[in-house]
Amino acid sequence: MSIQIWTWILVGITFTLYIGIAIWSRAGSTKEFYVAGGGVSPLANGLATAADWMSAASFISMAGLISFNGYDGSVYLMGWTGGYVLLALLLAPYLRKFGKFTVPDFIGDRYYSNVARSVAVFCALLVSFTYVAGQMRGVGLVFSRFLEVDINTGVIIGMIIVLFYAVLGGMKGITYTQVAQYCVLIFAFMVPAIFISIQMTGNPIPQLGFGGADENGVYLLDKLDGLHRDLGFAEYTSGSKSTLDIFFITAALMVGTAGLPHVIVRFFTVKKVADARKSAGWALLLIAILYTTAPAIAVFSRTNLIETVSNKEYATLPEWFSNWEKTGLISFDDKNGDGKVQYVSDPSKNELIVDKDIMVLANPEIAQLPNWIIALVGAGALAAALSTAAGLLLVISASVSHDLIKKMVNPNITEKGELIAARLSAVVAVCVAGYFGINPPDFVAATVALAFGLAAASFFPAIILGIFSKKMNKEGAIAGMLVGILSMLFYMLKFKFDWFGGGTKQDWWFGISPEGFGTVAMIANFIVAIVISKLTPNPPKEVQEIVENIRIPSGAGEAHNH
Amino acid sequence: MDKNQNLKKKYWKKNLKYLAILLSIWFLVSFVFGILLVDELNTIRLGGFKLGFWFAQQGSIYVFVILIFVYIKLMNKLDKEFGFNEQ
Repeated sequence: MSIQIWTWILVGITFTLYIGIAIWSRAGSTKEFYVAGGGVSPLANGLATAADWMSAASFISMAGLISFNGYDGSVYLMGWTGGYVLLALLLAPYLRKFGKFTVPDFIGDRYYSNVARSVAVFCALLVSFTYVAGQMRGVGLVFSRFLEVDINTGVIIGMIIVLFYAVLGGMKGITYTQVAQYCVLIFAFMVPAIFISIQMTGNPIPQLGFGGADENGVYLLDKLDGLHRDLGFAEYTSGSKSTLDIFFITAALMVGTAGLPHVIVRFFTVKKVADARKSAGWALLLIAILYTTAPAIAVFSRTNLIETVSNKEYATLPEWFSNWEKTGLISFDDKNGDGKVQYVSDPSKNELIVDKDIMVLANPEIAQLPNWIIALVGAGALAAALSTAAGLLLVISASVSHDLIKKMVNPNITEKGELIAARLSAVVAVCVAGYFGINPPDFVAATVALAFGLAAASFFPAIILGIFSKKMNKEGAIAGMLVGILSMLFYMLKFKFDWFGGGTKQDWWFGISPEGFGTVAMIANFIVAIVISKLTPNPPKEVQEIVENIRIPSGAGEAHNH
Repeated sequence: MDKNQNLKKKYWKKNLKYLAILLSIWFLVSFVFGILLVDELNTIRLGGFKLGFWFAQQGSIYVFVILIFVYIKLMNKLDKEFGFNEQ
């Protein structure tokens, strides 16, 4: 059977499954809509968190990024997993004890201020919208390559599916579809990795395989370093970014991960504090399966790519090459007219451009695996994109219906009214996300980095100080968040969008890239918050008591709505 | 009430001590082994891997997972010891 038929079958089966789960787990109350009723088991929550977290970027782009950046790609691996240690140790248990529905809920109540709440709502919306646009684009990409439908039709099909289960089921529907989506995506990621690992190194475990040797006894990584040297690229295992920048980017991604609202809310869905800790453990374990495999895939696909195309006759290249050429994601320009592919670091001589986003999707084809595996990767990528999109949409809808309408605009709204508002705002959010998926702004890639920087610079310090310092007051927290967000925005706009006079790499402060600047902005947030809080009155006694209370796990009760 | 207050303080102090130890390990395997000392560690080999590179792309992640499970264990024990565990 052809790849296309296999893909239709697998996508059909998985989509039917998601819709079936959505109908089975409709939400009947706001509590079910926002936090799945608060009774999710730690393992189910771990599975859902893992699917929620692993987006189209993790599934489709990350291995490709590492593949092209070698050691420099480590920032994503350490950054996007190390954040879970912070989340488990510093945030999740206490936020669960606090027991509200959203992150702005915590900020607003802990800092006894609607100004703080508004700032938090603004950040949550900004972070989630930038993120969700990228997911819808991923959906479109998979549809266009594997099902050969128009990229826009693909985005619309994806929108309808997400709309169906996010609007109907709320957090409850999302949680159980995410459990299914984790299983689909991890299976789809691992099967080709295992096949290729056996093919290239004889070892079925990719994590060990990429440290193994080929049939001639040469270590794979040494071989790849050699290939890179020959073609003029930086050595794969050394990379080219400065140590300082690697340090700051890793820190920003870690802290940003721990501050992302769609991840944090998942910990409101479990019964008790001990379960919040446990589900963070499960989540990281399940995420680590993909994250330790990705660098192996990166090495396999990089080696395979170079060996298949470098210095080969264009006319004799395998079929996958022309398949991907059609999508415009691979392009070949025979500059010296010799009919062969010169793939080298020097841009004036290089004849091949490969989009990093296709490495995971094309990898099984390059390795000549059977058609059903190639189709499976497509279904897995869709699962990754849809699960993350749904989680983000829920944050957006809860921010509007709960934080804005219920907490600020109209506190007297009925339970039923709030539920309708939540569903309506989810519909609007899906449409906006779909619009950006169809008309992607050029700055999607740049704004995803901005999302992490913003989360790191705003939420993380405010939450940490709210838990670990009884004396932190609203003046300090608000000033800190504002300084954090504004400095982050300024740096990003200046160096990514050419505002405020723009600037190039040479002008970066201390050589820190905009991606790494989140760390600087976070430190600024901490310092400003602490200094201002020393100069202004202590928080009221009740608030200090709340802080004492969230530090002790017993008596968490269920997430409540008052 | 006073006694309970004391208990809470003690529990919190112990919690902070655990956090300090676990987060130092977290910092060591990622920022120190994977970034700051990567070139030095790369002179040591672990099969086909250079050690620093291995920490950056594999080892640190394994340690992160272990750290969270150790934390879960420690805290469950601590909760029980102080009677702060929930049914």
